[in-house]
Amino acid sequence: MSRGEPANRPAKAAAFYDLDGTLIRTNLVHVLGYYARNDQGILRSLKTTASTLAGIPLFPATDFYSRKLFNDLFFKWYRGQSYDRLRSLAEDLYRDVIRPGIFPGTRALIEQSRRSGLRQVVVTGALEVSVRPLLDDLGITEFVANRLEFADGRATGRLAPPVMASASKALWIREYAEREGLSLNDSYAYADSMSDLPMLSVVGHPTAANPDVRLRSTARHHDWPVIDLSQPNLTPAL
Amino acid sequence: MTPALRHKTDPGIVFIDNDSAARVLHYGEDFLEEHLPIGTRVVYPPPPIRGLPNPRGAIRHALNHPLGCDPLYAQLRPGMRVTIALDDISLPLPPMATPDVRQTALEIVLEMLGDHGVDDVHLIIANSLHRKMTESEMRRMVGSDIHKAYFPGRYYNHDAEDPNGMVALGKTRHHEPVRVNRRVTESDLVIYLNINLVPMDGGHKSVTVGLCDYESLRPHHEPQTIRDSDGYMDPAKSELSRKVDRMGKIVDRHLNVFHVETVLNNRMYSDALSFLGKDEDEFSDLDRLKLAGTRWSLSRLPAPAKRQFLHRIPGAFELIGCYAGRTEPVHEKTLERSFQQYAVPVKGQCDILLSGIPYISPYNVNSILNPLLVQVMGPGYLFNLYRGKPLIKKGGTLILAHPCYDDFDPLFHPSYIEFFHRLLPETRDPFVLRTKYEEEFAHNPSYVQMYRDGNAYHGAHPFFMWYWGENGRQHVGRIIVAGAKNQHVPEILGWESAETVTEAIAMARSTHGRSAEITMLHVPPIMIPEVS
Repeated sequence: MSRGEPANRPAKAAAFYDLDGTLIRTNLVHVLGYYARNDQGILRSLKTTASTLAGIPLFPATDFYSRKLFNDLFFKWYRGQSYDRLRSLAEDLYRDVIRPGIFPGTRALIEQSRRSGLRQVVVTGALEVSVRPLLDDLGITEFVANRLEFADGRATGRLAPPVMASASKALWIREYAEREGLSLNDSYAYADSMSDLPMLSVVGHPTAANPDVRLRSTARHHDWPVIDLSQPNLTPAL
Repeated sequence: MTPALRHKTDPGIVFIDNDSAARVLHYGEDFLEEHLPIGTRVVYPPPPIRGLPNPRGAIRHALNHPLGCDPLYAQLRPGMRVTIALDDISLPLPPMATPDVRQTALEIVLEMLGDHGVDDVHLIIANSLHRKMTESEMRRMVGSDIHKAYFPGRYYNHDAEDPNGMVALGKTRHHEPVRVNRRVTESDLVIYLNINLVPMDGGHKSVTVGLCDYESLRPHHEPQTIRDSDGYMDPAKSELSRKVDRMGKIVDRHLNVFHVETVLNNRMYSDALSFLGKDEDEFSDLDRLKLAGTRWSLSRLPAPAKRQFLHRIPGAFELIGCYAGRTEPVHEKTLERSFQQYAVPVKGQCDILLSGIPYISPYNVNSILNPLLVQVMGPGYLFNLYRGKPLIKKGGTLILAHPCYDDFDPLFHPSYIEFFHRLLPETRDPFVLRTKYEEEFAHNPSYVQMYRDGNAYHGAHPFFMWYWGENGRQHVGRIIVAGAKNQHVPEILGWESAETVTEAIAMARSTHGRSAEITMLHVPPIMIPEVS
């Protein structure tokens, strides 16, 4: 879990963002695929890539059933990877995969939110090592992300607790707000998936961003705004 | 008195007698037929003024014989930068049959610009804090050829939230900031193509409001200005107009604006629905058949299908005047022509004012007339349709017929939902709402994103809609909605509810007595009663 310095002036509220599917088009599977493709040695790379591809149909199914089960299965694919290697690939991963996947409306939303005096906080289930370059680019210094557990410099295939997913994101936001003296009632949250419903429910201004069918339906039911960050702004820059 | 004679007493005024036909009232996406109490005065809009026989000729004449400046062709030189601003989809209502008068005017203006070697031309929709128009709406408004040539790079909506897209021109002596679209300020010539449907449109409002941002709109879109305005349709008595004019003079000092104002007649119904503008005593058998057929068809459709059906019927408006040149002399001519079409002389105020609320307002083209917009149409627009004195006496009762569905368009009106369900139950005081919540909504990042990249009204827009009804709320004693399909919408709005128009009139008479003067405003089409 990481947290940088607070914003320039003290803010009473924050905007909490989920990352994958909300601010960027890519997700955990894209990241895993990139690491697999770039595994050391051609044979090993082919083997890992094939194994990862074979596992892909399993991910949405388990995610639909349970985010915890998804995490248990998914992060096993990282077993044996070294921290240094993941770290050294992160910049390339950002340049080749993540950056092209930033939604057209993401930067404007963050900028507007920042102008409104809100602290910018990312709450994501993605891996800390892979999201740092993105958050640096977006100017977001406050975030919490999942960390792989390492033993002897190698990933064990498990996440270090606390694992950020579903309800634990909401709990983290509650504790964070209490610690920082933020008003949750005046805070905003943005997420794309039904699994992030708890995170949306703890703030006064929840917004579904590029939502899946279930979250869209829930957002409509609760009269929450639904935004689409994937649409480009058609007003030309002058 | 026979029905024929009743109509002779005063043009546009009918008094209900014991043999009068039932009156037709708009009721959202339906119609009501109501037998009104004997003695009720029904005020009808004037018949449409005949359209100009050669609209293109009239527009060319206006461009070549402008008021207060050189002809348009004399102001053009190769290589100059020109911006053409256009009124948005809120005018006219409903959208007119194609070709839209903006398309006609644009074709002439663009041809003239091309002939003079002017090719740095942008077309900007002056939507202010209204929703941005969709691509298909933009295409319909200017025609396929212009759309194809200019969209999206040179034909786009104004974006009041673009951090780099606005420029401050200065402040008035009352410290009102004047901020407008950057492209406009960087143009050698700005041409504004306006549609004037009612006298509050056009003039300084075109650029000063149509191309401004939230900060520049706040000084006049606020409750005290509305309270201080004696109606919106008489610019001389409107504090809103005074403020906009004051700010507009600064625009005119900095920018070279060539206004092209067009006046349309009030032929809003095509032939199939033209009976809706007629005196019911004069209905032909065919008119009655059409009314019965329309009501039967609508009664069998679900609400969304009714909306689709009604919103697809274009207005049959025709051009009755076109003036070009400097802001003030042009608008003076426009107002004169506009009042010729819309003014109806009416003797005396009434105790009870009755009107149906139609399916459309300036803010829900191709969408839902949500509860807040029903409010805008009632104490907002209907009350303010007057010149001289309000049609309804101080403390009178306003009766509106509308189902008041609790139904909102989440794409066009997202901030309205929160405003209606979160804020209004807490307070209906516009001053408290403005102080406590307006800026929160205006700067809400989600609403800003939906305004900028989607088709949502600005986050602050529902506040303006609430303020819009403020002088009506201050003036009338009671507002009763007839036919509401639920209790909570009228309650949230602070209105009373009656099942039928008859019951609403009985409730109003309990305040004003059996001899109360009752007037029905037979709108739409729009009219402006001149009350003596």
